[in-house]
Amino acid sequence: MKQGSRFWAWLVFGVGTAYFVLPLLATFEFSLRKRRGEYSFDAYRSLFEDPNFQTTFTYSVVVAVFTILLGVLLVVPTAYWIRLRLPNLRPLVEFITLLPLVIPAIVIVFGYIRMFGSNSTLPFLATARGTDVLLVIGYAVLALPYMYRAVDTGLRTIDVRTLTEAAQILGAGWTTIIARIILPNVLIAVLSGAFLSFAIVIGEFTMASLLNRPAFGPYLQNIGANSAYEPSALAIISFAITWGCMSLIQILSRFAPKSANRPN
Amino acid sequence: MAEPFLSIQQVQKSFGATTVVQDFNLDVEPGEFVSFLGPSGCGKTTVLRMVAGFEEPSAGKIVVAGKDITRLKPNQRNVGMVFQAYALFPNLTVAQNIGFGLKVAGMPKPDADRRVAEMLDLIKLPQMGDRYPYQLSGGQQQRIALARAIAPKPKLLLLDEPLSALDAKVRVSLREEIRSIQKKLGITTIFVTHDQEEALSISDRIAVMYGGKAEQVGTPFEIYNRPATKFVANFVGTLNVLEGTVTDAASGKVRVNSQEVSLKGKLNGSKSGDTLSLALRPEAISLGRHPGRDSSLSGEIAEVHFLGSVIRVRVGIGGSTVSLDTFNSPATPPPAVGEKAEISFSSGDMLVLH
Repeated sequence: MKQGSRFWAWLVFGVGTAYFVLPLLATFEFSLRKRRGEYSFDAYRSLFEDPNFQTTFTYSVVVAVFTILLGVLLVVPTAYWIRLRLPNLRPLVEFITLLPLVIPAIVIVFGYIRMFGSNSTLPFLATARGTDVLLVIGYAVLALPYMYRAVDTGLRTIDVRTLTEAAQILGAGWTTIIARIILPNVLIAVLSGAFLSFAIVIGEFTMASLLNRPAFGPYLQNIGANSAYEPSALAIISFAITWGCMSLIQILSRFAPKSANRPN
Repeated sequence: MAEPFLSIQQVQKSFGATTVVQDFNLDVEPGEFVSFLGPSGCGKTTVLRMVAGFEEPSAGKIVVAGKDITRLKPNQRNVGMVFQAYALFPNLTVAQNIGFGLKVAGMPKPDADRRVAEMLDLIKLPQMGDRYPYQLSGGQQQRIALARAIAPKPKLLLLDEPLSALDAKVRVSLREEIRSIQKKLGITTIFVTHDQEEALSISDRIAVMYGGKAEQVGTPFEIYNRPATKFVANFVGTLNVLEGTVTDAASGKVRVNSQEVSLKGKLNGSKSGDTLSLALRPEAISLGRHPGRDSSLSGEIAEVHFLGSVIRVRVGIGGSTVSLDTFNSPATPPPAVGEKAEISFSSGDMLVLH
């Protein structure tokens, strides 16, 4: 009986692994076939040598960094305040943060184009820099469900109210409390949210394309439409970036401050 | 009488329609150790939190050293506080935790380091500065929390059930340590607890609270021996309560379960026919007749519990049961259940509860 259940467990595991890994292996194998008759990294070489790759990737990294900063500044104080003073509003805030998952990015970006066009009172789209700012805001909205959940989960692991009161009675103001007590204790959660945001921003196409910004997502699409082997190489690179981010989350979580109640 | 250091005047606190503290008044002398004792929900922690500034009184005022602090924020009050859940900052070392208040106050680093070392010596944990809170036991964490609270030299120290999360042995040693540090520093302290033994053993005065009010404020001796209300008598210590009827108010005769006892001089304001609650502490009762004990009641041994050095005996008297403790003597076997027994006591030890 036990042997039979182990067999089925391994079979399910094997099928699942094959389902995820085989397409990836096939993509990787195909990306190596650029040189006729032998395997090579020519597709990767031509990508890395493409100035557009470097420009768009750098652009997206910079946008991702600003998105993370905006997300942290927006989400950490909000989630903290909701936990501390407005717990009744939590379901509402959770619902709002989930909205980007159900409202397609294309709807959001068309809304932005109508709201912030060059004739509006807030003409973000009138300049390239303004459009960049709008793109960062848009990405922060797209990453909101992940960032909020990560930070909220981090806050759940500490006694926010008592730590806040302990810091207050020792003379600390709100900035000190958030910067020196709350943020360091949820830093790993914040970093998890940050890496998820990074992974989203790096591959995002819709917003960058419709706002006409030179981001990595539209570049991926453009290569996919015009080359044979490079799209597979790009897919592998994108996977590597995402997995790199996930691995960093795992590694950093080992350095999380330990509470007395949760020593391990 | 000198000016009180802490004065809580007519303080009231309501949450919506529920009033949790009403007309609370208390004056605390400089250097005094006062405990708020009461059951859960009696408002003792709410009063403490109002003194700390975490709750704003709905009415009344709080004055510390002549200054009205009622509307000040917690970080403007210069008050130290120790929490039940330790509340050490997990991301900071022990030394950083103790030095947190000093750093916030802008104390130069060498001075702050010196003060942290002093505090570590005071709580007898001089080698623990580099450890993190999760590496310490509950008792050690609470000592660090105490050191952190007193490091910035606060005017007032507030202790919110600091011993509740600790095991019995640590609780006793830590409460003695808290008291000795408090005496050494002469810091005015408010201690919240629901543990009567804790309150009785370390306080200068106790405020027994019930239903948002201070039922009685007094020294541990007064609270235990002269409880002002039925609640205080029942809550503090073990108490045997017997119902009696005044048969002759002038001569102080009271009938208890068809037996008569004399309570001369204790029936002020009572008249014949009144029913009274009469209370006796177990240690005021002896099994059998004893010289110097002028009153007695007859009954039957209902239960005998052998506790080692002490034997707890419960004697049924009519419909009531009276508990008393006798010392174990190897030469005398304990009484048997069902035996007839007589208990004796001094009428002066009898408390008449109103």
